[in-house]
Amino acid sequence: MTVQSPVHTAPAAAGGGSRPKKSKSWLATVPLLAFVVLVFGVPLVIILGGTFSREGTLSAANVTDSLQGAYLTALLGSVKLSALVAVVGALLGTFLAQAVVTSRFRLLREAVLTASGVLSNFGGIPLAFAWIATLGNSGVVTSALGLDSAGWSLYNFWGLALVYLYFSIPLMVVVVVPALDGLRPQWREAAQNNGANTWQYWRHVGIPVLTPTLLGGVVLLFGGAFAAYATAAAMVGGTVPLVTLQIANALSGNVLIGHENVALALSLDMIVVAGLVMAVYLPLQRRSARWLR
Amino acid sequence: MNGAKVELRGLRRNFSGTTALDGLDLTIEPGELIALLGPSGCGKTTALRCVAGFEQPDEGAVLVDGSDITRVPANRRDAGMVFQSYSLFPNLSIRENVAFGLRVRKVAAAKRHARAQELLELIGLPQIGERYPHQLSGGQQQRVALARALALEPRVLLLDEPLSALDAKVRVTLREEIRRLQLSLGITTIFVTHDQEEALSMADRVAVLRAGRLEQVADPATLYDRPATAFVAEFVGTMNRIPGKLSGRTVTVLGQDLPVEGDVPATSDVEVLVRPETVIVTPDPSSEAMILVSSFRGSTSRLRVQLGDLEMLADVPGHDTVRLAPGTRVRVELVERPVLVSASSDVAAAVPVPEHDVV
Ligand SMILES: Nc1ncnc2c1ncn2[C@@H]1O[C@H](COP(=O)(O)OP(=O)(O)OP(=O)(O)O)[C@@H](O)[C@H]1O
Ligand SMILES: [Mg+2]
Repeated sequence: MTVQSPVHTAPAAAGGGSRPKKSKSWLATVPLLAFVVLVFGVPLVIILGGTFSREGTLSAANVTDSLQGAYLTALLGSVKLSALVAVVGALLGTFLAQAVVTSRFRLLREAVLTASGVLSNFGGIPLAFAWIATLGNSGVVTSALGLDSAGWSLYNFWGLALVYLYFSIPLMVVVVVPALDGLRPQWREAAQNNGANTWQYWRHVGIPVLTPTLLGGVVLLFGGAFAAYATAAAMVGGTVPLVTLQIANALSGNVLIGHENVALALSLDMIVVAGLVMAVYLPLQRRSARWLR
Repeated sequence: MNGAKVELRGLRRNFSGTTALDGLDLTIEPGELIALLGPSGCGKTTALRCVAGFEQPDEGAVLVDGSDITRVPANRRDAGMVFQSYSLFPNLSIRENVAFGLRVRKVAAAKRHARAQELLELIGLPQIGERYPHQLSGGQQQRVALARALALEPRVLLLDEPLSALDAKVRVTLREEIRRLQLSLGITTIFVTHDQEEALSMADRVAVLRAGRLEQVADPATLYDRPATAFVAEFVGTMNRIPGKLSGRTVTVLGQDLPVEGDVPATSDVEVLVRPETVIVTPDPSSEAMILVSSFRGSTSRLRVQLGDLEMLADVPGHDTVRLAPGTRVRVELVERPVLVSASSDVAAAVPVPEHDVV
């Protein structure tokens, strides 16, 4: 009935012949470290190097520029769009997943899960084209329903949010369904047996158990929307300010000659935003999952 | 706290084709511990869930102290339930688990913590309130589940194979503890199990179910000694089936004439059901029967005896083991007492091999 404490390392024998051996287990992490250095380290060095130099001299001008005017608008636009997509997508995705899990029709469940798997990977130009052909200015549905005369346009912030949700909701379904499946029916029945109604079960047990997964899902959706480029580029070009579109503009040098390094500064801004998201996410995650440790 | 009277009246429940309950009638007296025993799929869990409110019978009624609760929702019933396993809320500490029902009822924090502590002491685990369920052993988890089921002082306690996921030793201690607790609280208890040893050793009465119906309900001694049907006889304890010839209410078996009790089948070729302890074995070099295997169990030994095509089990006192080693030729007789008979092999198909022999 006692709980085993972690194995205590025996104190090294004083003056004995055998020195405590160093563990060789760090060797196993070498491939991972090499991978991290190649994939994250090298690009980061390039970004940092470029960001802080203008016309060959050390300067913070690129960073300053990237946080002003159109660039700042684009950065904030991206954050706003991603946050909206993350929160709405997570909510709708969770409800859809719950509907699928509790459905008595196996076929429906299979169909929704398969579709979600496919759609969550649907992005880029094909996705943009699909939407343009359907709900664009001369899209099939737009003309059929006369939406254009009602003021409908796909090529703005809300249109883009709609298109992003189209792959974000399925992604959330894919993430949440296993967690919902993991909620044991006994928990619900035990809660009922202790006098809890459905809402009290979700409030005290269901939602807390799901929270780590839900938080992870929100961050995943945020990241996906924040980094998306091709869909937006094909759909709205420059009409909706987004940081990824600005980076492309600055890189191709068709805005201001000699300001290519602003693109790198914008990338650095994106990394910082991602870092801030993690700084909020990790403590929340830790708190919500404390019962797992 | 004292127990309520629970009545199941004609419970019937169908699951798309399978009949789980087929008119189950059973009355459980206040403060009684009754075990529901039967082979897998005979409807034990379904019956229990009807009392807990997780299952609605298609027909029939559940009465607690005379009032019909069949349509009362599960969260307003006065019954605590312990599930087979993994039913503790993983995100709540042990104390919060035990106090869950009180929290739902908006009892003040200080008061519900005190009550949780009291219950943890009752189950002998006063120091684990701050831990989480995954940090406990299976046996500890089931104790906590028991404490949680008792927290609201229910008048009925429902246990659905609460020990079946535990290892043998923990199972025995825990069942003694449950019984002690149940007796001291005087709470009416329905205990579902397919382990006959558990049922016989804990319960005031044992109800044997078969295909959704009550086969027999009796105290353990009666059930073992005077089973009402061949099914019960074979399901509870170990039985030999020995061919015999029936004439009227007498059966001729192994050269002896024994009176028959219970139902008499229409055929004259029958099998006689005989407990191993009513088979008498004495060394006799001239006999054709021979001991094949002997397994020593302390106070008794169980012998496997071959007689022609027939093999049977016999229990003899432990100190006779030396005289009755494998290979010894023996004479086999039966104790003179009324026996149950059944038409050849009509039960065998319905009864799984018992997992534990009752010695
Ligand atoms: N929710 C359900 N849906 C469909 N069939 C069910 C359901 N619950 C039980 N059954 C069926 O009803 C019958 C009785 O089931 P029940 O769980 O009551 O048996 P049991 O006596 O508890 O068996 P075990 O010892 O295996 O737990 C079985 O044939 C089972 O397959
Ligand atoms: Mg069962």
